Amino acid sequence: MVLKPWFKPSLFILCLLPLVWLVLGLIQDRYVEPLQALSHGTGDWALYFLLLTLSITPLRQLTGYTQLLRIRRLLGLFAFFYSLVHVLLWLVFDHSLFWQGMWADIIERPYITVGFLAFILMLPLALTSNRFMIKKLGGKRWQQLHRLTYVVCALGLLHYWWQIKYDMSHILLLTLIFVGLMALRRIKLTK
Amino acid sequence: MLIKKTAANAIVSSEITPESVYKARRDFLKYSIHAGMGLAALSQAPALWATTAAHAFSTDEAQTPYKKVTRYNNFVELGSGKAYPAKNAHRLKTSPWSVTIDGEIENPGTYDLEDILKPHTLEERIYRLRCVETWSMVIPWQGFALADLIKRFKPTSKAKYVAFETLHDPKQLPGQRSRFGSFDWPYVEGLRMDEAMHPLTLLATGLYGKDLPAQNGAPLRLVVPWKYGFKSIKSIVRISFTEQQPPTTWNKQSPEEYGFYANVNPTVSHPRWSQKRERRIGHFFKQDTLMFNGYAEQVASLYSDMDLHKWY
Repeated sequence: MVLKPWFKPSLFILCLLPLVWLVLGLIQDRYVEPLQALSHGTGDWALYFLLLTLSITPLRQLTGYTQLLRIRRLLGLFAFFYSLVHVLLWLVFDHSLFWQGMWADIIERPYITVGFLAFILMLPLALTSNRFMIKKLGGKRWQQLHRLTYVVCALGLLHYWWQIKYDMSHILLLTLIFVGLMALRRIKLTK
Repeated sequence: MLIKKTAANAIVSSEITPESVYKARRDFLKYSIHAGMGLAALSQAPALWATTAAHAFSTDEAQTPYKKVTRYNNFVELGSGKAYPAKNAHRLKTSPWSVTIDGEIENPGTYDLEDILKPHTLEERIYRLRCVETWSMVIPWQGFALADLIKRFKPTSKAKYVAFETLHDPKQLPGQRSRFGSFDWPYVEGLRMDEAMHPLTLLATGLYGKDLPAQNGAPLRLVVPWKYGFKSIKSIVRISFTEQQPPTTWNKQSPEEYGFYANVNPTVSHPRWSQKRERRIGHFFKQDTLMFNGYAEQVASLYSDMDLHKWY
């Protein structure tokens, strides 16, 4: 079964809906603390898209439905997109584009260090998520590079863990999903 | 000694009250008497004065809207997350309410809240509130100086600290049903005696001219504006005078992150995040955090011989 031509454009719009919802909240005055809502919202969705991206391979192995691979790149690019908005919000509103303060934050605050590192590591992944770069790198090298996604996701989760004061229900759930997805890979690799 | 300290640090009233307002108040009193209200008006005057005049300690910064003050709360007992305390507020029954006052005092006992409040005149204080999580608000509280209550109950010479306790009732406070068992309920807080006696330290019963909503710590809470918000304990059922420094909840929870003193201090970072700046709730950009949350003039002398990096 081949993906229907309308499928990818629909998925694209679907992936934009969280952002639309977040921005709509701003217009509807739904937030007590708007910047926190947008910052946490985009951070959460970056992690959700990373986990979705990582769930494609196990899902394909379980269902044997190879066409799933064709939406993985879209999901990965949306993970990058939400991360980018998340980083820009921090840069503009926490630091007013004031670079010195930004560097102090990155160096002194471990949770920002790992969050920023995760974002930096996403850059080569986003830049090589196109047909031209896959061809240029060759399938195997491209695949090796894109294993960085595991690291990015782990750092993203750590970035969240280090900000927890007491309520860890949400981050615990995300971490368990990540561990589960990695475990599925391990099982496959050792078979 | 304490009274002297107050006088030295107090802000001159003319700095706070514009002359026109001052004159209007005088006129009000004058006309009240002229109108033949006589003694009755005079006896009411202090109460009116308290609610209409800006207190010397009040800030004139833009106040955080009521809706935000009552919908963005840290009150773990009423639920985690900022929105849950307001949603669960109806569970907390704040009347009748009694408070036990005990420890190193002459007349310990358990008192109805009404009896505790009766002799005190409520006044409005518009204070900055700075949370350890780096957000802040400006809130018009109604309350009275904790010092006035302490004087009434006559602590003995052994009383060096004041300890406070929040209601412990998992039926009314669902957050106390230990899901993760991570907190040791009830929530407890404490102040050194000179901090408790400081005229800035308030026992609040209301905000924005209304009774405190449960999520803001009804019916009686502490407000210590130069310390991080978690020191300002909510829904108080016990005030004890102790010789030893009392345990405090967040310090027990994570001692290297939350100290007993917890004074707002931009130069001492939380181990995981900076305290240099803060976001006023509803604002987009951050602003600089002030030493002792902007109350340095009033309270810095309390800590003049202390290393605040050590005693965070």
